[in-house]
Amino acid sequence: MTALAILGVLSSALFSGASLLYATLGETINQRAGIVNLGLEGVLLISGATAVAVTSLTGNPYFGILAAVLAGGLTNIIMAFLVVTRKGNQLASGLALMFFGFGVSALIGRAFVGLRIDGLPRFALPGLANLPPRYSSLFQFDMLIYLAIPAAVFVWWLLFRTRWGLGVRAVGENADTAFAAGRNPNLVKYQALFAGGLLAGLGAAHLTIAYVLNWSEFMTGGRGFIAIALVIFSKWNPIRAIAGALLFSGAVAFQLLLQASGVEISPFLLDTLPYLLTILVLMLWGGSRKYAAPASLGRVYMGTE
Amino acid sequence: MSTSAESGRRSSVIIQMLSGTVGRYLSMLVIALLLFGIIILISGRNPITSYRELFGSTLGSWRGFSEVLVAMTPMVLTALAVALPARIGLINVGGEGQLYMGACAATWGALTFSAAPAWLLLPLMIVLGMLGGALWALIPGLLRAMGLVNETITTLLLNAVAPLLVAYFVFGFWHSPMDTNRTPNFVEAARLPTLADTRIDLGLLIGIFLLAAFWLFMRYTRWGLEMRAIGGNPEAAQRNGVPVKLYIVIVLCAGGAIAGLAGMAQVSGYYGVLLTGFSRGAGFLGFLISWLSFGNPVSILLTSFLVAVILTGGSMLQLTTALPYAVINILLAMALFVVLSGINIFPGRRTT
Repeated sequence: MTALAILGVLSSALFSGASLLYATLGETINQRAGIVNLGLEGVLLISGATAVAVTSLTGNPYFGILAAVLAGGLTNIIMAFLVVTRKGNQLASGLALMFFGFGVSALIGRAFVGLRIDGLPRFALPGLANLPPRYSSLFQFDMLIYLAIPAAVFVWWLLFRTRWGLGVRAVGENADTAFAAGRNPNLVKYQALFAGGLLAGLGAAHLTIAYVLNWSEFMTGGRGFIAIALVIFSKWNPIRAIAGALLFSGAVAFQLLLQASGVEISPFLLDTLPYLLTILVLMLWGGSRKYAAPASLGRVYMGTE
Repeated sequence: MSTSAESGRRSSVIIQMLSGTVGRYLSMLVIALLLFGIIILISGRNPITSYRELFGSTLGSWRGFSEVLVAMTPMVLTALAVALPARIGLINVGGEGQLYMGACAATWGALTFSAAPAWLLLPLMIVLGMLGGALWALIPGLLRAMGLVNETITTLLLNAVAPLLVAYFVFGFWHSPMDTNRTPNFVEAARLPTLADTRIDLGLLIGIFLLAAFWLFMRYTRWGLEMRAIGGNPEAAQRNGVPVKLYIVIVLCAGGAIAGLAGMAQVSGYYGVLLTGFSRGAGFLGFLISWLSFGNPVSILLTSFLVAVILTGGSMLQLTTALPYAVINILLAMALFVVLSGINIFPGRRTT
């Protein structure tokens, strides 16, 4: 096993980890506002298909990103309408949104299946540009990878250091109290879902037009559900989500390394690790108050009369 | 929710609920068909002929109708797998995973005892399928009963693990000489019998039987009464000596067993082979159907039928409009959105 191969594996872990992190950040905002969005998988699919379609039509990946981000935000507005305005059940609405995403993404992407697109340009950080070519090509990342960790810090700042974030968390803990304190819980939930959708769209755009570089039906392959597991795993904290996303996508890299060094472990069993780890972590916390989920997660806010 | 003990009052409540249900379904169909019609129109087809094909192909012939019944089989079972635990307040989002584990265990039986006669092999596969699903629900059940982790999260997470385990077994041990992602075809003795010359298998009959049994069980047995007590107020039930924790574990496992049975019926009846990733959401559809039906057995049957019409008709749309099959999910989702948002353009008598 050469250093080159190891670095290559780590580099690909960063690529798959970045899109996961964006989606996780989006879902974190949603859940902090008290909304479990099981439709994340569908949102990712719609945004991913939109990113490929727009990039392919305009020839400009930045338009693709923009369109994907907007598509994500708008799709989540459907969720907001169902669970906030019409007070529908969150789990059922999320699953319906997932099926919606299956269909809409197939419709948008049908003309682009298998078409290879020119992805987001990659460039090296200034300090790394002087490495020998075969190494430096491994350290060429696209813009969205460089921005992933700053984005996590930004979301943390948004949630824990701004007035808006305080409102989101207050609504997620207890909408009645937030209302009494002068917030509009419904408006806050709409905003949180829209913001979360924008981030999910960014993640999907990275997956399709920076990493995989084409479109196929159901290509997200359960990433939405991994992201939901990650939100719980990282205790609803954007900073911990960085480590979580690296750990989860690193499992794939780890498996390649193991195979190369002659240890045979089924890739399928390794893929189960993120989920099993999350359940294990939940068990270890037990009922501990400190790590509890936002108190009104999943509940319908019926309004205050 | 009426708790009146008079049976007359109760039956009028049931009639009201059903008329409300019919109104909801009509709204769902009309609005969803209108919205989806716009999409068909945009993709350059005539919605009216498309719809004529959709309904003609499903409800217009015995052949099409029988295919609808085939499609609704796993949904009836997975919906019941959600409705049963819901009666004591448990949210089982794990039907998909339990279905996979049931299929996995049943396949093990079919491959290992392929020399056994059908009268022995099929019951064995049914038991194995139910055990597979039940074991998959045992983990969330125990964790919930111990007060460690909420069953919603664990059942959801285990959904993702089950297909991976199936892939592990199929790729690693069971795959046929020709393909790596499927087992060899099951022997004839491992196939559920089908009705006449259709593809309707015994699974549908079992599903309808279980729905009826579920209704009778909840209504007429001591355990049904105790479950209703837990659903109403777990603390009060506990104080009255109902073993709530035991019920949590057993009822969730029973739900898992029913979903496992759906998986068994899929591999033994419909496919006759275990494919990796064979189910794309039957377990999730079951959750939606159960939720939309308020766990009512008759509504479960009706809703499964409607969903099956949409999904079966989708394959006809694929042939005639050249749209990908997955596009039919839009029509399904729009119908679900309408019901979820509680929009009823044919309001009957108000039930509240």
